[in-house]
Order: sequence, then structure tokens, then C-alpha cells
Amino acid sequence: MGNTLKFVQGNEACVEAALYAGLDFFAGYPITPSTEIAELLAYRLPQIGGKFIQMEDEIASLCAIIGASLTGRKVLTATSGPGFSLMQEALGYAIMTEIPCVIANVQRGGPSTGIPTHVSQGDVNQARWGTHGDHAIIALTASNHQDVFAMTVEAFNLAETYRTPVILLLDEVVGHMREKLIMPAPGEIPLVDRLRTSVKEGVDYHPYLPREDGRLPMSDFGGVHRYNVTGLVHDMWGFPSTDPQTVHDLLRHLVDKLENRANEIARYKEYHLEDAEIVMISYGSSARSALHVVENRRQRGERMGLLELQTLWPFPSEIVRQKCAHAKSVVVVEMNMGQIMQSVKLAVAQPERVFLANRIDSNFITPNDIMNILRIIQGKGV
Amino acid sequence: MAVKDYLRERFLPHMWCPGCGHGEVLGGLVRAIENLGLSKSEIVMVSGIGCSSRISGYVDFHTLHTIHGRALAFATGVKISRPELKLIVPMGDGDALAIGGNHFIHAARRNLDMTAIVMNNRIYGMTGGQFSPLSGANISATTAPYRTIDRDFDIAELAKAAGATFVARCTTYHVQQMTETIEKAITHKGFSVVEVLTQCPTYFGRKNKIGGAADMITWFKDNTTPIGSKAKQENTALIERGIFVQITAPEYCEEYQKVVERATKGRT
Repeated sequence: MGNTLKFVQGNEACVEAALYAGLDFFAGYPITPSTEIAELLAYRLPQIGGKFIQMEDEIASLCAIIGASLTGRKVLTATSGPGFSLMQEALGYAIMTEIPCVIANVQRGGPSTGIPTHVSQGDVNQARWGTHGDHAIIALTASNHQDVFAMTVEAFNLAETYRTPVILLLDEVVGHMREKLIMPAPGEIPLVDRLRTSVKEGVDYHPYLPREDGRLPMSDFGGVHRYNVTGLVHDMWGFPSTDPQTVHDLLRHLVDKLENRANEIARYKEYHLEDAEIVMISYGSSARSALHVVENRRQRGERMGLLELQTLWPFPSEIVRQKCAHAKSVVVVEMNMGQIMQSVKLAVAQPERVFLANRIDSNFITPNDIMNILRIIQGKGV
Repeated sequence: MAVKDYLRERFLPHMWCPGCGHGEVLGGLVRAIENLGLSKSEIVMVSGIGCSSRISGYVDFHTLHTIHGRALAFATGVKISRPELKLIVPMGDGDALAIGGNHFIHAARRNLDMTAIVMNNRIYGMTGGQFSPLSGANISATTAPYRTIDRDFDIAELAKAAGATFVARCTTYHVQQMTETIEKAITHKGFSVVEVLTQCPTYFGRKNKIGGAADMITWFKDNTTPIGSKAKQENTALIERGIFVQITAPEYCEEYQKVVERATKGRT
């Protein structure tokens, strides 16, 4: 079977990719601009014997997929800002209990109910720090539908590899825009299946004792191993513990398993960075405008390049530092008040050379907007 | 199997206070499961947060100790994913009906085949004796130094109105009846609710000068009566115990199978 060409919304590309990745359980609650994901899965999942349930709120939605994941399913929920806020406690639970799941947040303008059908990238830091306590998280983004597909599959793969929730941080423009999608053939993108324990029935299985490589093989609820899962600090049995060494070791494990592998988890694209004096850093739909500007300026001989981040968390600090090493200025293009710019400033050698090109009025940031800001940065006046 | 075969002895003794009723509920629950001859691996126990929710740690089933109020939402995911598993969801009164009230009524509305056990001691014990939505008016609690003005829920009426297809109430005095009721609830096809009136001598008893555990259990004996008894007609203040609702209605997982059939009809 050859590749199929489709003309779809980004939300639809996300659904196609989730099914490609093996999604068989979705729970969600209607919210703009993510609702198409739930609508399409309500149609598609029953056709393959998968499970779809519309829950009473977003809290329940995330709780339900965590429960389903424990029985061995690949699970997804989809939401936007207000729903994502409601999910923060259960997100921390999934982090603490190390249960794989994918949460798509199709960002709209906030705070609060904000501006539902308009674009924003204002949830970037909420994805990182929305839930309480020290922790690490994976968040991925995409700027076009082919990448939405790829990053959605990556989200499921990384969730299984690292036993962690993964946040798919889309935005309204990518979610609702229609463009072409070339459906990868089955097997074209490798899929990561759940790592299950090889411990036999009747032999003690320690659900929270990491292997030498740091991974924790799982056992499906309903299977031969009966064990405890809790959001309390727990020992290798999954039983609550207040032993300081156990507390310390668990927190270090939860953070290190992702932060120490930031380079492995980093997904990014680069355009004309080899000799760039101005390095733009962008992600999501903003990266489309940034790329347009770069291509335009290159034709005029200006040394400008683009680093498009697809992994936002853990922040790929080393990669950003390397790519910006020879830049005279770094321009972060995003639709918020500098949420990724903060991390870029921490990563680079000369933070005073990092500038922000943003738009926060609910309109999409255009190439013109970026060029106007570049004129100021380059000292060409307004 | 003996009762102790259902317990994780490694994690005992339990953390409940002396005289707490939750141990009696644990005993009643395990005896019910033993009487039914269920395999330990077919049971998933999902609990939330609070004293009552610690019950899941002590039993040798698949156990999921979740976040405050959301046990039924997690259980919904497990059940729909694996309908063949038996879901038992023990909750406290604050857990089930304050922070978890929305999930409680929606689980009942869907008529998912699972058993909710509400261990109602009318107080938040874990946090030190604050009043709950089940305390009722004129109760002393650490957040009600001048006594409560809040009215309470009737769990049985609420569960019935929300669509639960099995609703019962029992107490920690009537332990035999509790075991039998839990057996019936687990066997029932659909969403079953068992409210167990249980004592918190440490906070509810002490704050309201009811006495110790024995006095509180005696209070259950003296102030409850079988549903529709003559005693209830003579004294309407008595709390009824027994099975309020036991009806058949379409169960969610079975109905979902019909959706799958409709979606796959005519497809290969």
C-alpha cells in the first residue's frame, strides 16, 4: 500500500497519527480549539474496537486515561488552556506514578477563558511547571501537519520509552489550519511498544525498581502481578514511604530520567544555521512565519537562520547553546510574552544578545511583524 | 482461602487510629470477597485520598491509590478498558461527595458495573477533624468551632436520583449485614453504592462528646432501623439501613459494545 495524500486540519493529523501509533483509548471533554480531536476519535475508535468516552470534565478525562493506560492501553486526551489547568493535579499523578499517556493541548489565548478560537502559545511554561513539586516533563510541538503527525507518534513513543506523560503542545493555527498530509505507510515510522516485565507469575515483581538502564518494565493491571500504585512517595513495591533516602531517590529518578537525556529527547529542525549571524528560534505555528522571513532574507544575502524547536521540554539547552554560539543576535519568535526566550537566555553564553519577536493580541504573528521587529533589533529604525 | 490471604501482611499494621471503623469495613469487604470466591487477580481496587482510601494498600488485589475525589474517574478508565475486571472503589464521605461529588453522580448515571463503598464517618479524619458534607448541621469540628450550619446529603437518595441501580446502607455495628450487602453489591450488574456508617472516635466522637468507639457503635445500633420498619414509622429520626434500590438497567460497557457493533457494521 502506497502513501495516501490527505487534505486535513492539524487536529485531524493528530488523530491520524495517534491511531497510527496504536491509540486504543481516548477520554475527553469538549473544548475549543481541540474538540475536533474528540469528535474524530468518537467516530474512528469504535470502528477498530477501541474505547472512546466523553467524561464529565477534564480532570476526569485525564484520570480515566491514566487508569486505562495501567491496563496496557495507549491513551490520549485532548484539551485547551482551561481544561489543561484542570488537569494539572492528575498530570502530577501520572508523573509520580510513571504511567505513559499523551495530553494534547491545542493552545488558545489565556488566561482564564481568554480568547477561545484565537491563537496563542501561552501555555509553554504551564506545560513545564503547571503541576506542583519538582518534576520533569516532555512537551513537543509542531509547525505543520506532516510534523504534527510525526510529533504525535513521537509523543506516544516517548511516553512508553520513559514511562511519562507527554504533552503535545499544538496551537489554534496548527490545529484548525488545513493543509496536505502524506500518510506514512504502516511500519514507515517505528513504534515503541510498552516494555513489560519478564518476571513470571509467583515471583516477586517490583513495579518501581528501575533496571540498570533506568527503565521500569510494567505489568498490566488485571495481569498476573498484583501491586500498588500511589501518588504518595513510594518504595520499589509501590507502597507509601516517608524514608528520606527513598524520597530523595525517587525525586532524583523522576527528574534525571528526562533531564539527563535532554539531548536524546530533543527534536528540532534547522534552516541555514551554518553561517547565521542572526539565529531565529521558534516553534509551533510561529515557526512558519519565522521560516518565511529567513528564506526571504537569505535570497537577499543576509546571514540569517532558523532553529525550529519541536521538543520544548526538557529544554534542549546544549543544542541551543551550540547553534547560537556564533550568532551576533538571537531572536526568539513566539506568541506569548517570552516564555521560551527565558530558557534561551539561560542557555546561551551572551543572554544580552537574545531578543523577542512576539505577538500577544490573539492574531497570528506574520512575517511582516517579525521583519518590523528585526529592523529595530538591527538598528534600522521603525 | 482464608481472610488473611487477601491481605498484604508485609504492609500491616495499618495506619488507622484505635477504634476506627475503617478496619471493620476492610474486614467486611474481604469476607464478602472470600464468600464470593473471587480470584485476587480479577479485582481492581481504586481509592482516592483520606483515611478510608488507605484501605487499598492493605489488600492483595490490583490497587490504585489515586488523587482526592477522583477514584471513580480512574476506575472508569480501568473498567471501560477491561470490562471483565471487578472494580471496587472505597471512598470517604468527603472524598466521594465533596471534591468527588461530580464523578460520583456521573458514574451512577452511566451505570458502570462497579461497586462504590462510601465509608461515612461524617468528618475529614486525615486532616484533623474538619466537617464534611455528611456532617450535617449542629456538629462541632475544627472548622466549625461554633458548630456547623451546613445541611448534609442523604447518600442513598443522591445515588438513587443520579441513577445508581443498587443502593444500600449499613453500619459498623451490623457487620454480618455489611458483609452480605457488599456481596450483593459486588454481584450486582451495574453501579452499586454501599454507604457504611463508620465511626471516627478520634475526631467526630471526641469533638462532639459522643464517647469512644464502643459508644459510637452503640449509637449506630440505637439510631438505625431496617428500611420500612415499624420503629421508623414511630420515630422518623431513625436512620434506615438495608437495600434501597436494586434494579436492572443497561450497563455502560455492554452498551458500548453495541456502539462498536454499529460502527463496524458492514465493515470488514
